[in-house]
Amino acid sequence: MASILTNFFDGVAYGMLLFVLACGLAVTLGLMNFVNLAHGAFAMAGGYICAVLVNNSGWPFFAGLPLAFVGSAVIGIALERTLYRHLYSRSHLDQVLFSIGLVFMSVAAVDYIMGSSRVFIKLPVALEGQIDLFGVGIGRYRLMIVVICGLLTLALQLILAKTRFGSRLRAAVDDPRAAIGLGINVPQVFAFTFAFGCGLAGLGGALSAEILGLDPYFPLKFMIYFLIVVTVGGSSSITGPFLASLLLGIADVAGKYYVPKLGPFVIYTVMIVILLWRPNGLFGRTAAR
Amino acid sequence: MFNRRKMLLWGAASAVLPGLCASVPAWADDAVKIGLILPMTGGQASTGKQIDNAIKLYMQQKGDTVAGKKIEIILKDDAAVPDNTKRLAQELIVNDKVNFIAGFGVTPAALAAAPLATQAKIPEVVMAAGTSIITERSPYIVRTSFTLAQSSTIIGDWAVKNGIKKVATLTSDYAPGNDALTFFKQHFTAGGGEIVEEVKVPLANPDFAPFLQRMKDSKPDAMFVFVPAGQGGNFMKQYAERGLDKSGIRVIGPGDVMDDDLLNNMGDAALGAVTAHLYSAAHPSAMNKEFVAAYKKAFGNRPGFMAVSGYDGIHLIYDALKKTNGATDGDKLIEAMKGMKWESPRGPISIDPETRDIVQNIYIRKVEKVDGELYNVEFATFEAVKDSGKTKR
Repeated sequence: MASILTNFFDGVAYGMLLFVLACGLAVTLGLMNFVNLAHGAFAMAGGYICAVLVNNSGWPFFAGLPLAFVGSAVIGIALERTLYRHLYSRSHLDQVLFSIGLVFMSVAAVDYIMGSSRVFIKLPVALEGQIDLFGVGIGRYRLMIVVICGLLTLALQLILAKTRFGSRLRAAVDDPRAAIGLGINVPQVFAFTFAFGCGLAGLGGALSAEILGLDPYFPLKFMIYFLIVVTVGGSSSITGPFLASLLLGIADVAGKYYVPKLGPFVIYTVMIVILLWRPNGLFGRTAAR
Repeated sequence: MFNRRKMLLWGAASAVLPGLCASVPAWADDAVKIGLILPMTGGQASTGKQIDNAIKLYMQQKGDTVAGKKIEIILKDDAAVPDNTKRLAQELIVNDKVNFIAGFGVTPAALAAAPLATQAKIPEVVMAAGTSIITERSPYIVRTSFTLAQSSTIIGDWAVKNGIKKVATLTSDYAPGNDALTFFKQHFTAGGGEIVEEVKVPLANPDFAPFLQRMKDSKPDAMFVFVPAGQGGNFMKQYAERGLDKSGIRVIGPGDVMDDDLLNNMGDAALGAVTAHLYSAAHPSAMNKEFVAAYKKAFGNRPGFMAVSGYDGIHLIYDALKKTNGATDGDKLIEAMKGMKWESPRGPISIDPETRDIVQNIYIRKVEKVDGELYNVEFATFEAVKDSGKTKR
């Protein structure tokens, strides 16, 4: 029993992590209708920023995390202003080719600057080990992930649904021309949203270094996971990818524990079944726009 | 405009080309060329860098002329992709007319080059890849690294003799991982041990958590682990996170997991892990101390087992050339290499004349803290171990 609950907890933590990593993609892909395959590169940037600050400059881990967010967001906004904005009106194929090119460039650049060996971020002692809760082993680090990601999800949902910025963003996405007519600065809204998505990816990258490992191939290795989360969740809201991440995280961990021989395929099986049942994802609206 | 540019280009080319062509044969006669194919980028890059460093170090120490011939290294990066390896080996053999091909970070890379070595009749010196079959794929292959059978059988024997009865295994699901598992299992169960759990982890595995939980719940005395160098750090961290170190489940395995390259980053979780391997930077011979000091001075970190394999590989090439008096005929060189014996930083080693594979001591080591750093400290030696993957047949 205890190990079932431990597995469940591990699955939730893993799912939450996937969510933070992927939800920026859900925003750019779903809300802005921009196919940004280079999303993982921003996650990697966050991871390396945090690693350099914590390991080399002696910053505490909890100061490194927000800076990973800020750093990736800054890189994001710089690239959005110089490169990405020219591609908003282009076809999806152009966007895919452009962003996958960015991925390869980021892999080569990081490999050159940081070296190709795996990087670990030095954690505070308080985050090591497990807490024993009624016989259920709860990893401290994973618990922290659950807390941070849970709060983040709430905040995101509130921003999108309740704030003025949220409604501006939704307006800008649905009908940019009318939105401009209403005095909304659409390019600015897009730039800000894009940067925010990149920041989230960066935070996810910093959090995931401990669990997924951080090396220059990060964006390529995990691109498929981000895409699965967004596809299964549907890309029109935040709740969709959130539930999808949880479902996939739990299924993945349980699959690897109970049927280790099939382990890696469980996540794909779940995806196929869900997509057969709901081709636009769990919470997707119809693709026509 | 265009025509003028073209004409200029052609003019420049025709001026330079004859010069180039003429200069090639001028030094080709008294130079020995070694085509070194290594993963210098990508996930296996630490292997490539260690070997490249070690060869540079050796050539600094021993000079770059042997038997009156200048040694010239041509380094190519295959990123451990066998298709690249094959293409690069072909280019090196056909265009650069190399006398040796060497390096090879992973098994598929070494295998991809094997038919080319046979065809060109030049020695292929394998300095990293570790599955048994490699040397059987061409009569021109010689290996100075190791085979997984060597260390896995030894740790299997050691475990049963030292009170470890029940073992759970966790190995990466690819050729070397499967080799490690098979050979360990053979020797461990033959000695009366029992495998209580067997998990193969996908190579591109992001998270060890569920597998480790399964290990923990099967309550073994120890877990046998083989993951490719690089994943070892992640593995040990999660092993500690899950409290397996405190529940008394020890880590045993071939030494790849505890590579000197990674060991220091693993933290105290690694303390007490027992592995069998060919080399530790803490090997207590005078020659090794000198080697480690020189390597540290030149490259700022300590050498791992890949470095020592590269160091021995270039030594083998030097000595073979000495024996043939600088003759570069492939058959003569291979003949010279067979049965060669020498003292390496890892201890006494030789090349098995029948299989052209390395014969070496395998040490049982335990991770301990020495002067504030983690080291694999050797405490038992199995002498002159051959590759049992072949001797069984």
